[in-house]
Formats: sequence, structure tokens, C-alpha cells
Amino acid sequence: MSAVAPAGAAGPAGPATPSAEPPLLSVQDLSVTFTARRGSGRSEVRAVDGVSFDVRPGRVMALVGESGSGKSVTSLALTGLLPARGNRVEGRALFAGEDLLTVPRARLADLRGRELAMVFQDPMSSLNPVVPVGLQITEVVRRHTGAGRAAAKERAVELLGRVGIPDPRRRVREFPHQLSGGMRQRVMIAIALACDPRLVIADEPTTALDVTIQAQVIDLLSTLVREQGTAMLLITHDLGVVAGVCDDVTVMYAGRVVEQAPRRELFARPRHRYTAGLLASVPRLDGPRPERLTPIPGTPRDVVAWSEACAFAPRCTAGDDACRRGDLVLAPDAGAGAAPGHLVRCVHPAPVEQP
Amino acid sequence: MIRFIARRLLLVVPVLAGLVVLLFLWVRALPGDPARALLGQRATPAGIEAVNELYGFDEPLLVQFGIYVRQVLTGDLGSSGYTGEPVVASFVSRFPATVELTLAALVFAVGLGIPLGYLAARRAGSWLDGLTVGGSLLGVVVPVFFLAYLLKLVFAQWLGWLPTDGRQDVRIDATHVTDFYVLDGLLTREWDAALDALVHLVLPGLALGTIPLAIVVRITRASVLEVLGEDFVRTAESKGLAASVVRRRHVLRNALLPVVTTIGLQTGLLLSGAVLTESVFAINGIGSYLFTAISQLDYAVLQGYILFIALVYALVNLTVDVLYGVIDPRVRVS
Amino acid sequence: MTAVLPPPAAAGAPSAPGPVDEPGVSLVRGAWRRLRRDPTAIVGAVLVAAFLLVALAAPLLAGYEPGRALPGNGVTPSSVPGPSPEHPLGLDASGVDLLTQLVYGARQSLVIGVVSTSLGLAAGMALGVLAGAFGGWVDVAVMRVVDIMLSIPSLLLAVSIAALLGQSPISVMLAIAAAQVPIFARLLRGSMLAQRGSDYVLAASSLGLRHRTVVMSHVLPNSLGPVIVQATLVLGTAIIEVAALSYLGLGDGNPATAEWGRLLVRAQARLQSDPHLALLPGACIAVTALGFTLLGESLREALDPKGRR
Repeated sequence: MSAVAPAGAAGPAGPATPSAEPPLLSVQDLSVTFTARRGSGRSEVRAVDGVSFDVRPGRVMALVGESGSGKSVTSLALTGLLPARGNRVEGRALFAGEDLLTVPRARLADLRGRELAMVFQDPMSSLNPVVPVGLQITEVVRRHTGAGRAAAKERAVELLGRVGIPDPRRRVREFPHQLSGGMRQRVMIAIALACDPRLVIADEPTTALDVTIQAQVIDLLSTLVREQGTAMLLITHDLGVVAGVCDDVTVMYAGRVVEQAPRRELFARPRHRYTAGLLASVPRLDGPRPERLTPIPGTPRDVVAWSEACAFAPRCTAGDDACRRGDLVLAPDAGAGAAPGHLVRCVHPAPVEQP
Repeated sequence: MIRFIARRLLLVVPVLAGLVVLLFLWVRALPGDPARALLGQRATPAGIEAVNELYGFDEPLLVQFGIYVRQVLTGDLGSSGYTGEPVVASFVSRFPATVELTLAALVFAVGLGIPLGYLAARRAGSWLDGLTVGGSLLGVVVPVFFLAYLLKLVFAQWLGWLPTDGRQDVRIDATHVTDFYVLDGLLTREWDAALDALVHLVLPGLALGTIPLAIVVRITRASVLEVLGEDFVRTAESKGLAASVVRRRHVLRNALLPVVTTIGLQTGLLLSGAVLTESVFAINGIGSYLFTAISQLDYAVLQGYILFIALVYALVNLTVDVLYGVIDPRVRVS
Repeated sequence: MTAVLPPPAAAGAPSAPGPVDEPGVSLVRGAWRRLRRDPTAIVGAVLVAAFLLVALAAPLLAGYEPGRALPGNGVTPSSVPGPSPEHPLGLDASGVDLLTQLVYGARQSLVIGVVSTSLGLAAGMALGVLAGAFGGWVDVAVMRVVDIMLSIPSLLLAVSIAALLGQSPISVMLAIAAAQVPIFARLLRGSMLAQRGSDYVLAASSLGLRHRTVVMSHVLPNSLGPVIVQATLVLGTAIIEVAALSYLGLGDGNPATAEWGRLLVRAQARLQSDPHLALLPGACIAVTALGFTLLGESLREALDPKGRR
């Protein structure tokens, strides 16, 4: 296992950010290893490998990566929702001073739903089909605030109204299958916001929705978060979402953070070849018309172990022998004009385009 | 909801109508003279004459069918070929005993099966799970009457813990109001009579309930396993809800839907099993009466009882469907 | 908004990256591979193989002729002769060597089980294919008939058939087969309807293949997995039902036939004094049925693509 790195200039812990406010959630060197018994031996897969990032009150941190990059596993590990067996979680996740990874389960249950809430990807399967949506909101209100039945119901009606569901007094009695996909995700958001949490973790909240609904839901989430001063960790593979609402971005590849920067900085000066590739493969409205998109060659399956080389090297246009060493660190960007807090894990950073 | 029930009722009608046709043809297809077959041992030249007259066996088939349908609709299903007891009356007087036995078996199967199935799923892969799954496999392969013998031999004859047969000790002078003996004891506040009737139900209930228990365990386990992997259970956990709320409201309420359907389908199995169980434990219900009718080939009784049992089966499953609609909101709408 | 990266798998649960199914491994070969590693399947297969072996080699294993009481056997109303060098399990209640009876009972169970299941399977499949292939009013009509058959508990269905045909081995087989028909018909229809809607059938139809060709060469073969599984399970049930019919006095009518159910029924009167007379045939029934059940269940799991692990 990788020991917690000593806090140093080159260490992954504690990236400095422009904001002076202390982080609400500070994830330090988080690792998740899945273990499986296969035949006589055991096999281990490290899904998340030494990930660190901070989420500050009132700000939105994006966790970006392809499927299999470990971003969803990160969010589940933070909330203690990984399956009870078959995995090992290491590192620290300080939430207002408490380590989420080591707090007793009872304390975690108190925190979940009240202090930190989650919004999941698929609102159809994430809502209980045989329980009215009202009850799915009131149960969390009553669990954490001790409100009575009537007060909780009033709160549910109010919340449904706030997330933009028309006629909330009638809707509380309906079941998930009676609502549209966008409505269901609004209900999920209402559940998450029910106890005014300090941190919302949204895991691909728009992926399962129609494109036209996606923007509405993202708008709603970011508005509510900003109004309340809530911190949000937004997990997504969609750079459009990132550009729209996020303050900071952490890019993951094959379980490790490859680049971390404030949003403007990252979009303007991507340094990791993977990040640059991602941005180059997005069509731009302001670009020349017959623009050619540049796809990243290969698939996320073409990886090597981080212990031997840069995992992205097989797909990287700049990959060479220098990339084949096992101790690539996430270090402050040394390029000219780098913003503070811009970290990158690359031997041959992409050149900075001059505007 | 009323439209839902009405639609389900309408589905039952063609099935029962088809069954009436089949039973009508069945009696006509029996070897030998149908009147003789229906009269059984009571067949005398005069009696055969009378039955031929009554059922119109000399008339064309269509006329005979008309007569039969009219009799069915007026609730006249003939009389036993051996005792001469009217079929309907014999059914009504013996039905409570069978219902009592079936309910005992069902309570055993569901009361033990759901918790066991739930625990096995929760601890999938543990020794408890292995034992439960193995036991449920054994449960379905032992013939009901053999199990009934064994239980009776061990617990009644060798150990003497429980009574060997009957529904109540003959020495108890119990008042019978409804013919559900346990209920009667409670209604008349004859506690010892109720307790005795209950004790008499233990072994037959175990024998009859074992197969349904095995099935309920397996369905519950599979269903809970599936629901535990659902996203909404994770949502419930992410809300910090108490474990009991997650279990009851989110896991079980969904996982029990297929179990409810299964329980309805068990009725047929239970009624078949009652034929065997009641005869082993000498319980005077429709099962042991059918057993006698089968061994004597009492066609009148068989014809009537098959129709009755199909009706009971249909009504039970209708109830289960409605119940399902109550628990699962998705059914009501579609 | 633009989705650039391959969207993540819809299943939100984190899954430990499992072994990827080797490409080119067919369903059948994959199933076979899983079966060989499954202890349940092995136990089931061993039990079934032992049963088949005993049934086929009955004349070699049995020292005596089945159903013929030995002269001067010493059976009295209160006791039967126990094990002896000549009779390892003693005699049964009718004065026949018990081992011989049990061994020939296996043969009887096998014959009745296989014949009745084949009959039930054939009739059920015919109905199911009819309903599944044509749909429409044919489907409705067939399914109503099946509903009617299902509305009678299977034991009573068997009883009514047996009552019609009198006591004979064929009547027992038909009675048991009749109870299986609705099971197979429903199964095949359901499975075929599911297949009809699947993409590859649509693809085959859109290529202009004739309806019958699509049904026979695509839909039917793909519906067979569940049917084979069910047939294995039903074989086990059939063996139990034979015993139940014997108990009801609706056996094959020939008192000399060695049949487990009948041995069990005859032993009822001697349960107190000689419980082994009931226990041994009862155990034979249970163990054989268990073998088929285990085999059927593990087949079901092996053939279920969702269950691939």
C-alpha cells in the first residue's frame, strides 16, 4: 500500500488554491482496492490510487474522467456506500475535521442525508418504485430533524416547489413511475437538499436524462448550491457540464489524478496530454466551421500499471521512454504563467497555446 | 381499483366456463355407463333410471350440457355414489377443517420462510445461507405423505409430544360455532379447546407447509438479493436512514412482491397436499373426503370437488392479484 | 452540452473489474465450463448417474425376481425378516427381497419419469410453439386451455386422467404428463415471445427471411435452454408424483410391479415395528428427486447469461 505522503511541495496533499477559506472536505491520498477471490488465488484491482482534492464551501469541484477512471468509486468510498466486502479503502477524507473513512457507522449515518447528501445518476432506479415520492423526502427530514409528520410533509411540499415541480401538493402523493425523468431527478435533488446539507455529491446527475433536460437540472443544482453556500462535488464525464457550473476541476485517469486546476485555467492552459486530448475532442461553437475533432486514440482499456509507467502513455502522442518510470508525481505546473494550484502529472506537458 | 378488480374477475369467468365444459365431457367419457358411474355403489335399475332422467343422459349431448349448466348454476352438484351425501353439503361441512389446516401450513411457510430467506440473502455465501438453500432443496424433494408419516412416527408415536390424528381431543367437550376449531375455542372462550385444536394442527401444518416453506425461502432469498443490488437501496442508505427503515420500507416492500404472487400459486399445491396430509392425520376435511372419493372412484364427488377447488383457487389468486395491486402502485395504473 | 467521453456504464454500482468473458466462447461451451466447476452440479450429476446406473443394471444388481414373494419367507403380521447374508436389506412386507424391489423400483421410476416427461414435453411444446409462433387468437385460445389446466391442482388433474383410463402403467404416465403440459406450454410461449421481440429476430425478419424460417431456426433453438432446465426439474417431480398416485391407489394396477411409492404405502402399517421398510424407499425417492433438482438448478444458473461470473 502507499503510505500517506508527507506533506511537501511535491506531495499530492494539500494543493494550494486561490480561495482562502479552509476546505470543507479534504480528501487526502484516497485509495480503493477491490479484492476478489478467484479460484485459489486472490486478485486485486486498485480502482482509486492516491487521490487528493479539496472542496470548499460555496464552490463546485468537478471530478472528470472516463468510465473506469475511478471517479464514481471515489464518491462511494467517501460516503461509505461501497459494498461491505471485497474492497479496501485507505487514506483520509476530512469532512469538517472528521475523517469520513474512519468515523463509526452510526456517526456516518447521522452525517449522511443531513450534512452530506448524494444525487445519483439514474433517477428511475434510484427512487423506490413502490413508495410515494413525498415519503421518500419526509423520511430523510424526519430522520435528521426530528420533525413531526405534518411538518415534514410541509417541508416536502416546499422542497418540491423549490426544485421546480408544479403542483407539489398533489405530486407528493405520486409514485416515481408517474413522473418524467427530469421530474424524478428534481425529486432526487429535493431529497438531497432536504436537510440543507453542507456538501452535495452529485454522481453523473444528468447522464440518464434527455439532452434538453440536462441543462435545466444542472442549472437548478448550481443555483441551489450557490444560494445556500453549499459545497458540491460534481462527478461527470461531460466537459460541457464542467464548463457551465464548476469552479475547480480534477481530472482522473485510471484511478489517479492527472491534472487539477481552477476551471478557467484548465480550459485555457491544459497541460496534461489527456486533458488536452479531451478538450480537443469537444466541438467548439466559436471555432472555425469545418473543424476536425481530434479523438484520443485507443480506449481506456489500453492502460499500463501506474507503478510501471504513465498509465496514459500507450494512448499518448508524446509518450516515449521517459514516461516509463513508476514514480510520476502530481506536481505544480512549472510552465510560464501557471496559476497557483495547477497540478499536473506529466513528463512532457502539452505546450501552452498563446492566444 | 374497482375496474382493476372487475377486469381480473372477467378473466376468471372463461376459465371456469371451460372447466365446466371439460368436467361435463369427462363424466361422459368415463368407462361404462355415466349414470352407473355417478351412482357408484348405489346403482340400482331404478336409480339409474332416475339419474338418466335427471341428467338427461338419453337426450342429445347439447341438451345434457344445458341440464348440467343449470344444475351447476343452481348449486346442485349431485350426491356421492357411496354415501348419498349431497356433494355441496359435504364440501361446505368439511371445508373449514381444510381451510384451518391450509392456513396453519401457510403461516408456517410464510412466517418462517420470509425471515429465513431474508437472512440468507443478507448473509449470502455464509453457512447460514448454505444451510437454508440446501434445506430448501431437500424440502421440495420429500413426498408430502412420506414426510407426514415421518413426523407422525417421530413426534406423535415415538416421542408422544403431539397428538397423532384428528382435529381435537374427543374428550374435550367443545362448542362449535364456525367449525374453525381454533376460532371456535377463542369465540366461546374455551381456551383449552382452542389450544388443543392448535396443538392438533402442528404436525399436519408442518407436513403440508414444508414444500411451500422451501419455495417461499427460495423466492424471498432470490428477490431480496436482487433488491439489495438496486440503486434505490443505496439511495436509502445515502440518506442515513435507520437500518430497520431501509429493511422494511425499501428492501422488503419491493422484495416481497414476487413472494406474494408465489403464495397465491401455492394454493393449488396446498390443496393437493391436503388430500395426502389429511388422510395421514385423519382430519375430516375435503382432502380426506377426496382421498376416499379417489380410492372409491366416486365420480360425482370428484366432478363437484374439482370444480369447487378450481373456484377456490381462482378466488384466492384474484385476492392475491388485488393485494398485489395494493402494494405495487405500478400495477394499478397499467 | 456535449458528451465527449464514452458514457459510463448505466449500472451505477461499482463493480470490481471481473474477468472478461473470453471472446468466441459460445453459450453452451461457457455453460459446460461453469457446470464442471459447480459443486452443486457435480453432486446432482453423480446422483443422477448413480440412479441411471442402478436402473439400467437392475437385473445384475438384484439377486431375485421383483414382485415374487419368496416361499417360506417368514413374514408375519407383526414382523418381517431383517438383513441376512442372502438378503442384505431383509424382506419387504410382501415377502420379497427388499434390495431387489428397490433396484427394480429405480427402473420403474426411470421409465415412468422419462416417458411421462417426454409426453408432457412434446404436448406442452406443441402448444407453446403454436401460441408463441402464431400469436393472435391462436395464442389466446391456447393460453385459455392452459389456464384451465392450471386451475386444477396437478394432482387432481392426474387423478381425473387416471380415473378415465383405469389402472395401467400407461394411465399413470399420461396422468403425470398431463400435469406437465401447461408448465411447458407456458414456458416455451413466454420464452418465444421474449425472443420474438429481440433485436436479432427483427434483424433476421428484416433480411426477408420467411416467418417459419425465423421461428424454426432462430426463435425455437434460443428458447430451448429454459425448457431443458425445466424438463430436468420436472423429471424429479414426476418421480414424487408417481409415489403420490400409488398412495392414492391409482398406481399401475399390477401389484407385482416394484415401485417405490407402493413400497412406501405398504410399509405404512409396519411403521412402528419396521420403519426401514418405509424409510428406504422414501429415501430413494427423495435422493433421486434431489439429484434431478440439483442438476436442473445448476443447469439453469449455468445457462443464464446474467449469472455468468
